[in-house]
Amino acid sequence: MVNSVRNVKFEIIGLNVWFGPVHALKQISIGIQANEILTAIGPSNSGKTTFLRMLNRLNDLNQDFKMAGVVKLEQEDVKNIDTESLRKRVGMVFALPLPLPLSIFDNVAYGVRMHGEKNEKILSELVEVSLKEAYLWKEVKDRLNESAFKLSGGQQQRLCIARTLAVEPEVILFDEPCSGLDPISTAKVEDAMVKLKQKYTIVLVTNNVKQAARVGDMTAFFLNGELIELDRTDKIFNAPADKRTDGYVRGEFG
Amino acid sequence: MKNTYRTQKIAFSLLFLATLLIVIPVGLIVVIIIQKGLPAINWQFLSDIPRQGMRAGGIFPAIVGTIYLVTGAIIFALPIGLLAAIYLSEYSKDNLLTRLIKLAIVNLAGVPSVVYGLFGLAIFVVFFKFGASILSGSLTLGIMILPVIITTSREALESVPYSFREVSLSLGASKWQTIRHIVLPNAVPGILTGTILGLGRAAGETAPILFTVAAFYLPRLPGSIFDQAMALPYHLYVISTQVPNVDEKIRYGTAFVLLSLVLFMNLVAIIIRYQFRKKKKW
Amino acid sequence: MKKIKELLIEKLILICGLASIFFVLLIFLFLLKEGLAVFKTVSSFNFLFGKSWYPISEPPALGILPLIMGSLLVTLGAAIISIPIGVGCAIYIAEIAPLKIKEILKAGIELLAAIPSVVLGFIGMVTLVPLVKTVFHLPTGLTALSGAIMLAFMAMPTIVSIAEDALYSVPKTYKEGALALGATHWQAIWRVMLPAASSGIVAAVMLGIGRVIGETMAVMMITGNAAVMPNSILVPVRTLTATIAAEMGEAVVGAEHYFALFAVGIVLFVISFAINVTADLFLHKRQ
Repeated sequence: MVNSVRNVKFEIIGLNVWFGPVHALKQISIGIQANEILTAIGPSNSGKTTFLRMLNRLNDLNQDFKMAGVVKLEQEDVKNIDTESLRKRVGMVFALPLPLPLSIFDNVAYGVRMHGEKNEKILSELVEVSLKEAYLWKEVKDRLNESAFKLSGGQQQRLCIARTLAVEPEVILFDEPCSGLDPISTAKVEDAMVKLKQKYTIVLVTNNVKQAARVGDMTAFFLNGELIELDRTDKIFNAPADKRTDGYVRGEFG
Repeated sequence: MKNTYRTQKIAFSLLFLATLLIVIPVGLIVVIIIQKGLPAINWQFLSDIPRQGMRAGGIFPAIVGTIYLVTGAIIFALPIGLLAAIYLSEYSKDNLLTRLIKLAIVNLAGVPSVVYGLFGLAIFVVFFKFGASILSGSLTLGIMILPVIITTSREALESVPYSFREVSLSLGASKWQTIRHIVLPNAVPGILTGTILGLGRAAGETAPILFTVAAFYLPRLPGSIFDQAMALPYHLYVISTQVPNVDEKIRYGTAFVLLSLVLFMNLVAIIIRYQFRKKKKW
Repeated sequence: MKKIKELLIEKLILICGLASIFFVLLIFLFLLKEGLAVFKTVSSFNFLFGKSWYPISEPPALGILPLIMGSLLVTLGAAIISIPIGVGCAIYIAEIAPLKIKEILKAGIELLAAIPSVVLGFIGMVTLVPLVKTVFHLPTGLTALSGAIMLAFMAMPTIVSIAEDALYSVPKTYKEGALALGATHWQAIWRVMLPAASSGIVAAVMLGIGRVIGETMAVMMITGNAAVMPNSILVPVRTLTATIAAEMGEAVVGAEHYFALFAVGIVLFVISFAINVTADLFLHKRQ
């Protein structure tokens, strides 16, 4: 039912990004469907992370950042949405597990608290729900007040997912979320992502081509700041239109 | 070949000698002051007012005066210094204004302490008509320790990993919320260190309080911030140069108390810094 | 509501950010306000190059050349002593000392930096001054030499720590390159490390000298305070700083003497400003 309605969450039109003299993204146009996983693949410095950080305007923090083109979230130019509401709607999970130097509970509650929720009962319910959604609840329910740094790397990354979920976003951006994790933790995070797409729209940047093949609905291949090809994931991996895409997914360069 | 090694040996010996020339006197100074000052210390010396033209009695008003001055200085300098540090570490861009601010801080740190005294006299004592008072002295000392507090606080703020800020912002927190809830709490030990170092500096300075607050001989406690006060460093100066025939014990005792106070603050700062480094989680 | 609160906080932060500029200007402004009045009675040339300083005689003689010479003599003496020893110590700490000793030495230097100048002045009075007196058979040990030695000592923490920083920030590969070519450790230090760190070391020396020129209490307590043109390093002198500290207490607000002491303050401010700006340029050149 959800998938039959093809509603566009993000629409990116003619996007160009510069950092000082570096032309990081060149004329990118992509539509991102709601409740799908879009994976962005490509070698490092291909522009895929820059692309991801355009969606929650995190690039704005860079002093040398300049852009042209439009990024629309549900038809509204993100430039016109103030960054706090935008980032509330578009959550992000970073490449390395980055818990804040707070307790497990406070990490998950952080975003909601910052948006003004003070009721401890509501907060603790929300923390529980979010941790369950990230498949971490069972492991941490008895130690919520411990420092988040005491968790293992994989647990920390799921904590970061729970922290993002707690804000109740519409879109979740994953920036190579498994790059620092072992295969078992990776499988758990991937599992979580696939289940999460029932509720959320997901954009996943990954260096791991196989991961893209496993979880992506759509796959975009970036190279040197250009979008080379965007198609259904099975198409990209089985019959890519561009020779460079074919070379990359078959591991000929990386 | 042998020659080059002999050169090296001679050079290294000279460098070692240079180091000894600095370190040994430092040790001697501390030892002399402890050895001659410690016997002078007793409860009466610390708690009594000076008597017989400062040739007898204790140094209590000077201790109290110094504590008042230092407290006043920090009340003034900490908020301004901390906010200035926040500006530099969180808001400033790499431009001419920032360059100017940094240059101003360097200069503020380099202004001779006696010039601070002149400035305090001109602006607080004369222009604002606070008179020679604890208020004038505290404000003068406060401006003087501002660079110490700004520089150390800024270092503390900047040592909080950038990724924490990104995470907080990515969750929709505002910039100020990020500073208030993530950056500041994790910079507290560093800020505290800087504050204590500033306190130590303010406690030991004499020249800035010469004309702004210091009373030559005032055998009672100050009643308000508009009163003059005695202060330890000025008292030491007075009894060692201005008053003849002061018992050596009183001089050494005063030097001992002042040195202990300042070194104690530095020690506390070092311990905080050390503990923090040990506990650092990232 | 939240927005307004944050906007106000951010404005406050910006204002405090500008506070240091504001205070530097304010200091300069008030020095000018009180100091410039002296030039109604003395020309700036006679003020700077007049050879006699009798501020309370009638009419007062307000030439600060003896004070400038006093400061210069003491500073020069301090520089001659402190530069080789300070830089030497910095090299020892940065390059030669084993890690544990390094930490102890650094703590010792920090300790020296923390000792109040009045305590050092007191110690100088009771140890150094009698020593100078006996060694040179002088009528008094309160001389420019005693001041120079004490000030050299007080400049050490600045010189050592900044020079050590400069040496530390020379890329390791420079030294390794020299050693790989068969240089001894000392040759690597002398031919490679020192030249590479030179601008930082120059800044260290300048800031050390800045500290010396501005130092007040210790110098007032042990240089003898005679405001006459010095003809030797073994006579009492009076520095610019000591003059202000010693005389401001007696000067009447609004009198000639009061203005003249502020004018001395302007001279000190300008000197320290010039030194700090130049040293800052050297430090930035390094990066």
